[in-house]
Amino acid sequence: MQAFYRVESPRLAEAAVYDEIIPAGQGWMHELKPGQVLRIVDLEGNQAADTLFYDADHPEDHYSAIRTISTQQNIYLTTGSSLLAESGKELVRIVADTCGRHDTLGGSCSSQSNTVRYAHEKGHMHNCRDTFMLELSKHPEGHLYGKRDLAPNINFFMNVPVTPEGGLTFEDGVSGPGCYVEVQSSCRSMVLISNCPQLNNPCNAYNPTPVRVLIWNG
Amino acid sequence: MLSNIKKEGVNEMSVIWSETIRPGGKWSGVIGRGKLLRLTAMENNANVAMQFFHARDLTEKYNMPDTLKAQHTAHLTRGNILMSDNGRAMASIVQDDPGWHDPLGGYTTRESTDAKYGKSLYQEERNSWLRSGQENLAMELTRNGLGMRDFSPVVNWFSKVVCDPEGNMRFASGNSIAGQAVTLRTEMDLLVLLSNTPHPLDPRTDYPSVPLKLEVLPSLEVDSQDYCVNYRPENLRAFQNTWTYYALQG
Repeated sequence: MQAFYRVESPRLAEAAVYDEIIPAGQGWMHELKPGQVLRIVDLEGNQAADTLFYDADHPEDHYSAIRTISTQQNIYLTTGSSLLAESGKELVRIVADTCGRHDTLGGSCSSQSNTVRYAHEKGHMHNCRDTFMLELSKHPEGHLYGKRDLAPNINFFMNVPVTPEGGLTFEDGVSGPGCYVEVQSSCRSMVLISNCPQLNNPCNAYNPTPVRVLIWNG
Repeated sequence: MLSNIKKEGVNEMSVIWSETIRPGGKWSGVIGRGKLLRLTAMENNANVAMQFFHARDLTEKYNMPDTLKAQHTAHLTRGNILMSDNGRAMASIVQDDPGWHDPLGGYTTRESTDAKYGKSLYQEERNSWLRSGQENLAMELTRNGLGMRDFSPVVNWFSKVVCDPEGNMRFASGNSIAGQAVTLRTEMDLLVLLSNTPHPLDPRTDYPSVPLKLEVLPSLEVDSQDYCVNYRPENLRAFQNTWTYYALQG
């Protein structure tokens, strides 16, 4: 049986300094000050929130999925996971998690990967990589980032088990309505989220839904 | 070992270029499409960390998640292809002796190398000092006009990492032996960077000392019967994306 480690947060929504909804198919790029806590809420369940972190003072230093999992010697992210940049610097740390497991191997969908995974005719469908690039084009500090900085991301609330035989599968069902994850920023970090619009696989239960983002001061 | 290579139509007399990379060594270079890159481990338990970029557009590179999820795998072997972030087949694994290569473990750093094998300084050890993957790749990225932001997941050829149902990563020792090879076919013009440094999860505390032979050979044209093209329907579509790219180049 697979273990899921669920840790609730003491923080109250009323005390948050920021509280917004990100509809499915939209993005969000936002700075976190050192010590601030970001909560992402899976409002309706089984929604993938594709997320990247950067050292906002050194935008070339992106979140490194591989550095993070290789250091903790576990491929799943949950409470206690230290999310590391390519340099080894801790960007944020997961401080609460009522889902219990998050993926960082599955990456984000793109028009191009949709043509490979499903059919050339799926290339027109909205996707996370486009959302990431649109957010970079809009944010005041977005010009400091580009496609080269779109490293493999975290898929909060998504379940991508690796089998002992070395297989990779996309599976349903580890998150539910109201599940959330919280990260505390260890530096001035930049957060880039795409609320995944994918309709071709079960990562969103074939029904992309909104997520809520809240921020507390440390 | 040679049987698979012969199937791929290799003439052993036709090696275009060959070089042996010392333990701790590094290399980068452009290899045009339609060639074979054969890596041969000269001792047991080799590990070679490798990054791939499209030589004509360095913003396009090997994408670990797209490669793995399209082929429903967390390890690489014959039949698998390396896909770019633009959904193109960059390279195919046309021959493979060990049967498992690791895309998850990453590269060593100065800190992890000093911590595991003892602090190592050029000042004291001259060219026998212990190099790290991060430093080796940083030098080759910079040499090619790239930098920090271009670090991305490597393929660790010859190494095996197994994940248990709880997600714990375990390095499987003894995955490769002396003389074993893996052969890639370039499907695009590639900039290849490599570091012949230990796997970060290898528990051995003596710095592995495995020379690596690199060879580039000509390849036959890819035909409709090709094993890698037909390995999965996703692979065919990625090849079609590559062929479209070159058709538009004229």
